[in-house]
Amino acid sequence: MTVKPSDRETSTDGGAVTGDRSTSPFHTTADVEETRAERLKGTLDIYLLAPLRILWHDKRALFGLATVLFFVLLGTIGPYLVEVPRSSDGPNALAPFVNWEFPLGTDGLGKGIGATLVHATPAMLKMILAGAIFSSGLGAVWGIISGYKGGRLDRFMMSIADVVMTIPGLPLIVVLSAVIEPRDPFVVGILLSVNAWAGFSRVLRSQVLAIRQESYVEAARTMGLPVWTIMVKVVAPNVMPFVMVNFVTGARRVIISSVGLYFLGILPFTTLNWGVMMNLAYDAGAMNNPKYAHWFLAPMILIVLMSLGLILLGQGMDRIFNPRIRAKHTKKVDDSDAAEPEEGGGTGPTTTVEGH
Amino acid sequence: MANTNYFIERTIQAFLTLICVFALTFALLRLMPGGPMAYLQARLSQSNQDMSQEQINNMVELYSSVHPSKPIHIAFFDYTTSLLTGDFGRSIWYNQDVIDILAKAMPWTIFVSAVSLFGTFTIGITLGAVMAYGEGSRFDIGSSTVAIIVTSVPFYVVAVLLLWILGYNTGIFPTGGRVNSSIDPGMNLAFIGSVLYHGALPISALVIAGFGARALSMRGNSIQILGNDYLRVARLRGLSERRIALRYVGRNAILPMYTSIMIAIGSLFGGSIILEEIFLYPGLGYYVFQSLGARDYPLLMGGFLFITIATILGIYIADLTYGLIDPRAGGDDREAF
Repeated sequence: MTVKPSDRETSTDGGAVTGDRSTSPFHTTADVEETRAERLKGTLDIYLLAPLRILWHDKRALFGLATVLFFVLLGTIGPYLVEVPRSSDGPNALAPFVNWEFPLGTDGLGKGIGATLVHATPAMLKMILAGAIFSSGLGAVWGIISGYKGGRLDRFMMSIADVVMTIPGLPLIVVLSAVIEPRDPFVVGILLSVNAWAGFSRVLRSQVLAIRQESYVEAARTMGLPVWTIMVKVVAPNVMPFVMVNFVTGARRVIISSVGLYFLGILPFTTLNWGVMMNLAYDAGAMNNPKYAHWFLAPMILIVLMSLGLILLGQGMDRIFNPRIRAKHTKKVDDSDAAEPEEGGGTGPTTTVEGH
Repeated sequence: MANTNYFIERTIQAFLTLICVFALTFALLRLMPGGPMAYLQARLSQSNQDMSQEQINNMVELYSSVHPSKPIHIAFFDYTTSLLTGDFGRSIWYNQDVIDILAKAMPWTIFVSAVSLFGTFTIGITLGAVMAYGEGSRFDIGSSTVAIIVTSVPFYVVAVLLLWILGYNTGIFPTGGRVNSSIDPGMNLAFIGSVLYHGALPISALVIAGFGARALSMRGNSIQILGNDYLRVARLRGLSERRIALRYVGRNAILPMYTSIMIAIGSLFGGSIILEEIFLYPGLGYYVFQSLGARDYPLLMGGFLFITIATILGIYIADLTYGLIDPRAGGDDREAF
């Protein structure tokens, strides 16, 4: 074998490793060791503190977060503070803001409306949790695998997603609930999101398609990391923001469709729900009888408030995580005082809000 | 030819979806233990005491197009062929062919959906464009706030409030029905007026609940386009502002919304189950709802299939025409890992 000039002259190609291994750039480790506590602090900083800091300056998103937190507290602590409403607790159809024992008045059976609203919330939170986890989780897994693996698997998985996505959601839910008659709030939540994951998986796939071309993913591939490791440890963290925004949108969809379907009595009345209250008030003649008006209005106001809170929170999260807008914001707590985040400038909210 | 391939692919996709939906309704009808089959058999044998099991099963097939005891693949084949030839079974409650009931109800749902879709997008696109042009102005901030609040109200809440205030309390609009039955149907002014009068509330409910989201997405799209360099080039070329607004900004901002129009058809038809029940408007959704209460499974499945087929068609048309409207669409070849 002949020795080429380039084998002897190594100054231009990085050189061959000779002698002491520690001088090689491939064997040098960082001088500063990051302790576990520091790493934790850094992670907290990026994923929790910095977003919260940005949120603090974003009044609309803050309002959304506060509303959502209010409903979470209402559903977790509320039932312990407020007694279970029973028939004939008070006089029938008491107007609101008259008797402070029943601040929101009573319904046609003398149950306190405030207490009924509070005790309906836990089941609704369970429904939201189940539905949002199901649609975001399945959508994420489907979108990441399909987008990253590509090729035939991608085509196959997206065909399934397209089929599921095309079937109109509400009629499908109605037909399924007519035959299955779900009773458990978790099952109802999943049923209400039965085809929502498909649309999300398509959105996420297009994000993954962009990420898989990034140099750090290519580096991971070059290092020979297994495909699963790349998907879980490299791709997934980068699409996490989209998953979280979708979680909020999914929550809103579950709550709106559940109240609508309970209101019309399409889902069986096994749990308390604001929609069930609307149904009972409607059947008692709230449309014609002004003394039942507050019974009918109270759940409607709550659902609008919750829906508004979720939309604002979702849009706020989008503003934080969306890289096109994030550049304007600050990335870390340390230098966040230097630059004030711009409110509402440049790009409008990119969260897609479903109209119906 | 990429275009032919795309066309074939979309067509196969539409058929695949159709077959999957057939399989789903078939499975729900036939395979659910204690489900529709058992209910139909029990109901029919109660009213026809002297019939044999075989005759009852044939009756069940007559009503639901699904035979309860034939081998599954044969029953499914029979089911698919009867659906494809337009036989959706027979309604138990109305004792009419499902296709007759639904075909009569369909135009009314299409009327409400089409008018509200047109209204929603016209108002949404106009408002969104004006908001984008005055970005940051008081009008923009005010309208954005209104749009977000309006969007957060579910359409059935809008519907109930409209019906409550304008229907029951003041009596300005009717609280049910789709046309005054004493007027002769036909192309006369009174009939059309009555149709619009009865449709006004359902249509307004959909438009009020829907325009905000469209306005916000139009605003977002337009603002993104307004920052592009080619607009500067267009201005430097001395093109009129009007031409720039319509051909450069408007066209590019509306294009991404095109597919969502077609998809909105699906959700409008689906939402009709709730909307038409609130307004007692006898369209497609109203009959689906009625069939639920009466456990009229053939009508329920028929309504579901009708809505689904309409949606599949809508999306199919959107997919095929999008490439014609937006020349940038199509062409993706990626390597697999």
